[in-house]
Amino acid sequence: MTDFRKAARDAAARIAACEAKGTHAFLAWSEQSLLAQADALAAAPSAARGSLAGEAVAVKDVIADATFPTTCGSRILEGWRSPFEATAVRRLREAGALVAGKTVCDEFAMGSSTEWSAFGPSHNPVDPSRVPGGSSGGSAAAVAAGAVAMALGSETGGSVRQPAAFCGVVGIKPTYGRVSRYGLVAFGSSLDQIGTLGRDVAGAARLLAAISGRDDRDATTLDRVPLGEPGPAATTLAGTVIGVPREYFPKGLHAGVAAAARQALERLKGLGAEVRDVSLSHTKYAVPTYYIVAPAEASSNLARYDGVRYGLRDGDASDVRAMYRATRGKGFGPEVRRRILLGTYVLSAGYYDAYYGKAQRVREAIRADFARVFASGVHALFTPTTPTPAFKFGENLADPLAMYLSDVFVCTANLAWVPALSLPIGRDEGLPVGGQLIGPMEGERTIIRIAQALESVTDATAEVR
Amino acid sequence: MTPSPGGDAVNWETVVGLEVHVQLLTRTKMFCGCSARFGDPPNTNVCPVCLGLPGALPVPNEQAVRLAVRAAHALGCAVHGRSSFARKNYFYPDLPKGYQISQFDAPLATGGALAFLSAERGPVTVRLKRLHLEEDAGKSFHDRVPGKTAVDFNRSGVPLIEIVSEPDLRSPAEARAYLTVLKQVLGPGYLAVSNCNMEEGSLRVDANLSIRPAGSAELRTRTEVKNLNSFSGVERALTAERERQIAAAGRGAAIEQRTMTFDETSGEVRPIRSKEEARDYRYFPEPDIPPLALTDAWLAKEQQALPELPAAKRERFETRYRLSAAESAVVTATAAIGDYYEGLAAATDDSGKETWNWVANDLLSLSPDGESIPLPVARAAEVVGLAKAGKLSRQAAKRVLPELAAHPGDSALTAAERLGLLQVSDAGVIEGWVRETLASHAAEVARYQAGETKLMGFLVGQVMKRSAGRADPKAVTAALAAALAT
Repeated sequence: MTDFRKAARDAAARIAACEAKGTHAFLAWSEQSLLAQADALAAAPSAARGSLAGEAVAVKDVIADATFPTTCGSRILEGWRSPFEATAVRRLREAGALVAGKTVCDEFAMGSSTEWSAFGPSHNPVDPSRVPGGSSGGSAAAVAAGAVAMALGSETGGSVRQPAAFCGVVGIKPTYGRVSRYGLVAFGSSLDQIGTLGRDVAGAARLLAAISGRDDRDATTLDRVPLGEPGPAATTLAGTVIGVPREYFPKGLHAGVAAAARQALERLKGLGAEVRDVSLSHTKYAVPTYYIVAPAEASSNLARYDGVRYGLRDGDASDVRAMYRATRGKGFGPEVRRRILLGTYVLSAGYYDAYYGKAQRVREAIRADFARVFASGVHALFTPTTPTPAFKFGENLADPLAMYLSDVFVCTANLAWVPALSLPIGRDEGLPVGGQLIGPMEGERTIIRIAQALESVTDATAEVR
Repeated sequence: MTPSPGGDAVNWETVVGLEVHVQLLTRTKMFCGCSARFGDPPNTNVCPVCLGLPGALPVPNEQAVRLAVRAAHALGCAVHGRSSFARKNYFYPDLPKGYQISQFDAPLATGGALAFLSAERGPVTVRLKRLHLEEDAGKSFHDRVPGKTAVDFNRSGVPLIEIVSEPDLRSPAEARAYLTVLKQVLGPGYLAVSNCNMEEGSLRVDANLSIRPAGSAELRTRTEVKNLNSFSGVERALTAERERQIAAAGRGAAIEQRTMTFDETSGEVRPIRSKEEARDYRYFPEPDIPPLALTDAWLAKEQQALPELPAAKRERFETRYRLSAAESAVVTATAAIGDYYEGLAAATDDSGKETWNWVANDLLSLSPDGESIPLPVARAAEVVGLAKAGKLSRQAAKRVLPELAAHPGDSALTAAERLGLLQVSDAGVIEGWVRETLASHAAEVARYQAGETKLMGFLVGQVMKRSAGRADPKAVTAALAAALAT
């Protein structure tokens, strides 16, 4: 049997080393907790034989866990200890994993750099002057720094894939409903999905397999058997048709990113895949649509942080309206406030049809784009994950729109509920570049198989030609 | 617009529509497994879901859907195979998520009707707009802790249906009559989808009222009256609001669209919100719950499982047992009383009229709540049998019934014997009572024999009294007649 105490001590040493370098991937972790979990695991025969027995897994701080606080990177939930744990975390434990700690994220997962974390950002382990991406930046940085082999993140609009690309690791966003959202603190409920990060495709896929499956506590989960463990990488992709949507290769695309994507496509052809040009004509509406749907739902989801029952309370409680204003004004950071205001506006009487109603119709059109392409014989789509490699701290902070556009290639999969993953496909001037595979609904196995094959013929740390 | 008829009430017609919230009698709450029981210590039936903790998600309760569908079928609504939940957003301390999960543009059911007997207009059918499912909020208490508001979340997430009527009611009394029938149909007496107890808040009413010149068909600006906590409160509040509107119209003042609250103690209605302050609830589809899909087969099964409803039972009894509408209403107050009535009629081989007398005059008084009769039909039938056989007078029977209810193991005969109420028809005994009575009423005997024959009734009464009610009145009359003739 594995020496779980040794595994716990090793994990603690790796996390300590990562944090000593100033990565700041973690908001909370402890060797003591790792050791306690290791002892509990040794006493639990079924978990000790689980698929993740003894492996340390970091968890994004928007996912409830009963050991550490769940702050969502926000002052309003500072110190909040959830009385229950997320279904995904419970399944991790059942599979024998050790929950290593909670990772840094943008406040309530709203952001693309971790710069909106109320408790300080994480640094990109590849280049500490650059952001790790976000909002699951802490999880991506923890994996990239070698603190853990795997981590849970969450996506509403690319928040796993974008930081995976920036940090040079693998990130998977499963089909909406594949993983229970119970215990994932809600941002945009119709878009939110827990995703996984790993050093390689198999790692992220194994983690996904452990947490996937129907959950009676989440009415939106798919009634499907959990995903299985990934197999060995295929040596050929003969018979596989890969679509290349032209909208994801705009004029003026970052040269290094474009070159890396071209190189990956050559490798896919080299594996025997057929590469075909396709079009997803509503792609250009994805970012505006996303920034109506997600803030609208967020404005409602974040109404519960009112200072009445838990979390921060500020101001004179004898005037409940004043208390709400003081608490929420002080507890939420600028980006969260911006999105709550935006979301409240688009749902307001007289504006609903023009904004939310129209966004829902555009969302249908985006979903139909994907459905049509996948019905035409295409097995998966390949695109760059992000328009540029990791940017520097402060670069996009004053310009929300520039920040939002870093998610232009990733938010479509959330709007359409389809699975997608990002894997490292090379480096440009030392910075990781991510390639994205998007599959049809419930097509995780397909994109994982293609990604494993591509990964096996790629030196992701090599500069692109 | 018709010219204003001034402040004289007879020139105005009242137009009322009701929004009724009915708590469903489920074991657990609408979206979590917490008990939905009323009256438990505060904040004991709560969990992450109904407290709106970060990360918790709602999962709809099938039984709540079933009860809502049953109510919709009973009210003749069109139940939709596909409906969806929506979020109604507003801030209030007893609303833990900052939104209420309700239904908005795709409700469970639309249409339907409820008929009742109006004292003013006779039979009236009120059309229904919609019936939808939603969750209850917690309850705020402003008087438990000095200077503070206390919140009990036991009620948070309890399933509700909201039943919205068209403005088809024409008086405060009609509003009350409508609610009485609604409670009869949905409450424990028939469908039992709810307790429909206004005092406990399991039936809550918001009323919309406007006035218009009598004979006009227009709908004028209405006000909404809230905080109605009893059936009489509804009638009183609407009467006060009607008078307020008529007085305002008499002064030539415009009626403003606003929300009013009723003060049960003072009997007054007071404005709480104007139209400008009306809340924007920012409804949007609830993303945590997929649309509710009900198959035609399931809906048909539920429709078939519906019990006979009060109106149908009343009409059937009128025909089958030849009861008047009023008589039939008495014995169809609840399904249990209807069953009792039919059971007793069958057990006593009666066409129905005599049974009605027993149920309405003797048996219903045994019921503590008017919902059911706490005596087995077979025991009641024994009592009826003894009375028919002349062994028990009607008066004595009235005393035997509660005795039997208290000792259901006894037979009617045993109970009557124990109380000494069995009728005596032994000729010798009766003749003895007659002799004694005649001896002590010589004057009356003389007057009788002088031709004042109407004194017979008095003398029978005196013999009955002497027998402590046990003598068979027929035998007494016969024995008296014989004794006086000699």
